[in-house]
Amino acid sequence: MNGMELPLWVTIPGTLLLVAGGLLTLIGALGLVRLPDFFMRMHPPTMGTTLGAGCVLIASMLVSSALEQHPVVHELLITLFIVMTAPVTAMLLMRAAVFRAQRKGDDAAPPTGAQAVARRAQDEDPLVGRPAPPDEPS
Amino acid sequence: MNAVFDYAAWFASLCFVLAMLLALLRMFLGPAAQDRVLALDAFYLNGMLTLLMLGIRSSSTVYFDMALLIALFGFASTIAFAKFLLSGEVIEP
Repeated sequence: MNGMELPLWVTIPGTLLLVAGGLLTLIGALGLVRLPDFFMRMHPPTMGTTLGAGCVLIASMLVSSALEQHPVVHELLITLFIVMTAPVTAMLLMRAAVFRAQRKGDDAAPPTGAQAVARRAQDEDPLVGRPAPPDEPS
Repeated sequence: MNAVFDYAAWFASLCFVLAMLLALLRMFLGPAAQDRVLALDAFYLNGMLTLLMLGIRSSSTVYFDMALLIALFGFASTIAFAKFLLSGEVIEP
């Protein structure tokens, strides 16, 4: 800080938000490294994308509002942009991964579309965990 | 009280840089291409957060514009990579 004293209503929430955001992002990155499968590794970085970025952006808003003596909401732009684009990215990447795993004939790939319907009909009821009852004529 | 906030800012910056390093590790040893793309996504996001932390610590607004630009270009690059992995070309004719 450039010698400017921050008021107390900024320092306490700002400190908590920064620590929480840093820890959440670090845990997400650890999960990205340590989980064994791509379809599992898809999940942890989203923690940093949503909660970590949200915490840091709110803290940044607080600090710049306190320094400029009026509310500053520039950071909402980044928040809006991330909230809009993160699901698009995740969905496209997931579709690419499923497509590539199926082309390779990988069994770990989740089934899609008609394949999923067929497997569910012949296999078992995934909601209950035991074979689905046969269709009764009504 | 400002000292505590300074320490928290340093801690958060350190966390983001460490997360960038971990994403880099996954980018280098990721077995498939989609792992590398996912790691790149996490990498640019953590870089953006590091820039925001620089902006908070130096209390200047220049870093904010850079963070917005990084978010934009990172989104475009990830979409392009995913499209390439999906169909073999980025923009379909």
